[in-house]
Amino acid sequence: MDIKLNVQSSPHVRDSVSTSSIMLDVIISMLPATAWGILRFGLNAALVVIVSIVVAVLSETIFNIIIKKPNTISDLSCVVTGLILGLNMPPNVPLFIPVVGSVFAIVIVKMLFGGLGQNFMNPALAGRCFCVISFASYMNNFQSTMSVDTFTSATPLIVLKNGQEVDLLKMFFGYIPGTIGEISTICLLLGAIYLIVKKVIDLRIPLVYIFTFVIFIMLFSKGNTTNVNYIMGEVLGGGLIFGAFYMATDYVTAPITPLGKVLYGIVLGVLTGLFRIYGKSGESVSFVILMSNLLVPLIESITMPAAFGKDGK
Amino acid sequence: MYTFKHGVHPDEQKELAKDKVIKVVKAGKVLVFPVQQHIGAKAKPCVKAGDSVLVGQIIAEADGFISANVLSSVSGKVTAIENRLTVSGQKVESIVVENDEKYDAIEGFGIERDFNSLSNDEIIKIVKNAGIVGLGGANFPTHVKLTPKDPDKIEYVLVNGAECEPYLTSDYRLMLEETETLVKGLQCILKLFPKAKGIICIEDNKKDAYEKITKACSSIANIETAIMKTKYPQGGERQLIFAITGRKINVSMLPADAGCIVDNVDTVVSIGNAVCKSTPLLRRIMTISGDAFNETANLNVRFGISYKDVIDAAGGFKTNPEKVVSGGPMMGIPMYDFDVPVSKGSSALLAFTKDPLAKSKETNCINCGRCVSACPIYLLPTRMYKAAKKDNFEEYIRLNGTECITCGSCSYVCPARKPLTPYFSYMKSAVRTYLNNKKEKENVK
Repeated sequence: MDIKLNVQSSPHVRDSVSTSSIMLDVIISMLPATAWGILRFGLNAALVVIVSIVVAVLSETIFNIIIKKPNTISDLSCVVTGLILGLNMPPNVPLFIPVVGSVFAIVIVKMLFGGLGQNFMNPALAGRCFCVISFASYMNNFQSTMSVDTFTSATPLIVLKNGQEVDLLKMFFGYIPGTIGEISTICLLLGAIYLIVKKVIDLRIPLVYIFTFVIFIMLFSKGNTTNVNYIMGEVLGGGLIFGAFYMATDYVTAPITPLGKVLYGIVLGVLTGLFRIYGKSGESVSFVILMSNLLVPLIESITMPAAFGKDGK
Repeated sequence: MYTFKHGVHPDEQKELAKDKVIKVVKAGKVLVFPVQQHIGAKAKPCVKAGDSVLVGQIIAEADGFISANVLSSVSGKVTAIENRLTVSGQKVESIVVENDEKYDAIEGFGIERDFNSLSNDEIIKIVKNAGIVGLGGANFPTHVKLTPKDPDKIEYVLVNGAECEPYLTSDYRLMLEETETLVKGLQCILKLFPKAKGIICIEDNKKDAYEKITKACSSIANIETAIMKTKYPQGGERQLIFAITGRKINVSMLPADAGCIVDNVDTVVSIGNAVCKSTPLLRRIMTISGDAFNETANLNVRFGISYKDVIDAAGGFKTNPEKVVSGGPMMGIPMYDFDVPVSKGSSALLAFTKDPLAKSKETNCINCGRCVSACPIYLLPTRMYKAAKKDNFEEYIRLNGTECITCGSCSYVCPARKPLTPYFSYMKSAVRTYLNNKKEKENVK
């Protein structure tokens, strides 16, 4: 026969969604929050985000060159890691911190374990936590270099810890101190809606996470059970929305089983509540997600779905 | 509306051929009849080289409980019985018949019959003699399906008109053009199961067929129609039973265990033809579609005709295709040689100028869970794939991998372009071998 035919086995058609298109959607979803952070905090915030991304891409490229493997940056996952790391930095950190964080996230947490899909912890969060531990004073300083007088330098969680009220509207629209990407609830929710519409994320994890957290603090935070300002402040503050929709939903480090996603959300909610109420630092979301990442294999093993008709009914 | 959980929505592409009326393809000079066109034991040839054969004559007899007759679709002379390449890529013992183009048929061929005057045993015998097998894809001998252990326990006879594979329109055309035979065929089956209700199940992208059939059977008490959501693989036997009755069966069970008999539209039409018109199963309705063809079509093709002749009858290729598939794009067999005969499993012939798989590169699994949300059997395809790659049979069995129906939904959605389904197809036989070996080892001990 004179025609040469491909004989790869079925199915012969494919959905248009690919790894890089998913990563691109994630990047697009974070653009409103990124833009708002840069608008609020200025040049240094922009530099932090750019440096995080560039160093992440470079680290992955150089690592691949060293181990003589094809470059994997075209899947865009390193851009996502760099962006999330940048958005998790306070706006006025010196630029060497995002450099260290990015290298740690990409090389140690992601590539050394085999690259995309093989890491057991969220690389961006591990990078952030590494920086928080290593450069605590820089990472906990939310004093902005610009527009100092428009807001106080205390984060909403510290205000709440001191028993004062927070301005929920300011929190919702992003007029509070915090890391570059976490401050505007509305921007984050806009992006989350985009991810849900594009079917990139599953609502189970973020909704169960937030719901469990609210129940937990209502039950165990003495005297604040019906304090709407306190509860809403806790939900909107401390990067909970950012963490719940963008980091807890990270495919690689979240359970794959449908029931496991629910259980994972419950674990996240309970741990965040514990840390928020009994912990010293308000910044608990990152650590909680990292800790829960480690529980994922266990969660998956006890939530194996029953196969269709397995019991014959 | 009836449906099942999970599944996928591939581009339907049915517009291409749905309005093409079924046309008969003229048979060539030489026809080839493999003795294995069904699941089960191969049929035993009962003619020899030099014999004359007639249209509808049994040339290979069912051999064993699960087996089916093979009939000649033309009249002429047997020139050889030899191994010939089939569409599956295997060489199978085949009966080669030279067509004398007289189309002399066996005695009684084409005589009208009233199914009510026949006994149940006679109906089953007619179905068996007619060489009818399931024409939905599995090619399971129909007379075996029609004789469950306890016929009184059958509550539903489901006619599978889902045709959920993209591009395919042959069942749709049959439902429109052979409505009466379809309903008659179903009445024949229902005669065997007096306690059962017949339901003709159609996806909602074929509303006109649904309406036509609903009208045709409105005065028949024990036949209903059901409309289902268009979703792949709605035509899977287990998905269909679940959608209509809410009952679930697993891989080791038969539809009869859930009180159901499931037959594809073309199978039921064939039963109608065999019982009421004394016309055995001699042809397949094939959809010819895809962008590489000059024209799309729905063709009535006698068994034994070469794919080459089918391509010519359809008007040939517009441009050289990159991929040609026998069957639907989700589960069909890729072809590399067209000099193979049309058989009972040939539901379509699709030719594409571009193969979307050719340039796709496999990347790391990102654990996105799309395969999990797509799997109609609620499995974890990505974990099964990892086990399959390592030949870790115990883990594969623990993950219920043996329940997989290889529908292709997981591969379809995988953003990392993993060849999931091919591995699961391989594991089907590999696990069986593994378990047999394990049993033998234990017996030795």
